[in-house]
Amino acid sequence: MLYGKRLTALALLTAVTVTTGFALAFFYAPMDADQGFMQKIFYVHVPMAIVALCGFVFGGIMAVQHLRTGEPRWDLRSYVAIHLALILGVGVLLTGSIWARASWGQWWVWDEPTLVSFLIVFLLYACYQPLRFSIEDRDRQARYASVFAIVAGAFVPLNFLAVRLAQAYVHPRVFATSQGGLPPRMALAFLVCLVGMALLYVTLWRYEIASKQTSFRLRALKRKLGGDDAVGDRGRSAAPSLTA
Amino acid sequence: MGAAVNALLRKDLRLELRAPQVVPAMAIFAVMTLVVFHFALQRRAVAGELAAGVLCVTLLFAAMLGVSRLFVADREEGGLDAVLLAPVDRTALLVAKALALFAFLALLEVVLVPAFVVLLLEPALAAGALARLVLLLALADAGIAVVGTLVGAIAVETRARDLLVPLLALPLLLPVVIGLARAATPLFLPAGAGELPVRWLAVLGLYDLIFGLVAYALFDFLVED
Repeated sequence: MLYGKRLTALALLTAVTVTTGFALAFFYAPMDADQGFMQKIFYVHVPMAIVALCGFVFGGIMAVQHLRTGEPRWDLRSYVAIHLALILGVGVLLTGSIWARASWGQWWVWDEPTLVSFLIVFLLYACYQPLRFSIEDRDRQARYASVFAIVAGAFVPLNFLAVRLAQAYVHPRVFATSQGGLPPRMALAFLVCLVGMALLYVTLWRYEIASKQTSFRLRALKRKLGGDDAVGDRGRSAAPSLTA
Repeated sequence: MGAAVNALLRKDLRLELRAPQVVPAMAIFAVMTLVVFHFALQRRAVAGELAAGVLCVTLLFAAMLGVSRLFVADREEGGLDAVLLAPVDRTALLVAKALALFAFLALLEVVLVPAFVVLLLEPALAAGALARLVLLLALADAGIAVVGTLVGAIAVETRARDLLVPLLALPLLLPVVIGLARAATPLFLPAGAGELPVRWLAVLGLYDLIFGLVAYALFDFLVED
């Protein structure tokens, strides 16, 4: 059984797209009139935020599948999706903070609704791992984690709506949706960066799943050869296991 | 299902009536929090946004106590197993628990709101504003009750029960906090109580509806085996 088929091709495609995206962002897209060079962080921050949010919702969809079928592999997919989105989330908060400092002079601004909503969503998902850790029974752990992933997935859009409404004044945005928004060259660079980030997420997602599947398979084989003593304790991990 | 909900709800209320435990704790905690606010904010009275914030935070934190106790008795005394053995829909348990938590929150507010008005609010609440506040609190309570039931059911099966409740519930309840704080502000204005902003009532209603549906869809998976 071979895990991670076509992963190499996907990884190469990702590397090319991300490099192209950043090259376009730096050399092709025009310099922003207001913010100057600092605006380039937009090509990292915004794609990362969009991909992280989609990753959270994607984890919720995988969790729906898990509850419907009861198969552990869907739980694994949901777990990895949320896990990676959380890592991207740290990046989003850091880059967002740097951008806020550069353009508004403060590390954190409460009147930027998207950033605030993202912080709330991030804090909610930060409880995903502690929740898994605190339930010992594997079946129950998987089921409860899925319930959490779905509830949180439904929470994401609602939270954005509520926080957005709560802001009386919204900062002028680079990405104005109503008036056509970005100049075409910026839009192209942004789109390539977005696709690159999405590909990066998918690659990492498939890579981690393949890695986990391989190590489960390895343990199963070791157990077959040497009995239960041959495989050590799984250690402190709350990741879903495919072998019971 | 109605009969099952009725029986389960009556059981919860009767337990609380015979040996009051959760509601008194919530009420004392809430009044204590008001005292803490007095000293921490260093104010003799609050109004407007600050008043709405104080009420909102106090209600939310007191609710956490109720949420973390909601399923504990059933889990320890085998009530959950009994419900699973009985030929009733598991949704009945969700509805009964949410209604019980709603009742506890309503009882809490019977103590909290007068205490808040007497201790901290200035100018005092007008009679007309009270009805609007009740409507607003009912909408907020419904959201807290639904999400609290869901979180309570999750947390009761975890090792660190009481630890996870605020961690999970506070971020999930943030839209309620935003809605409640925004909508309550006009009621506490020094110039006299204003109208309730419809927009925020709509947000609270939408929240209640969506999480009601989510809880309805998912609760069955929390009480299996």
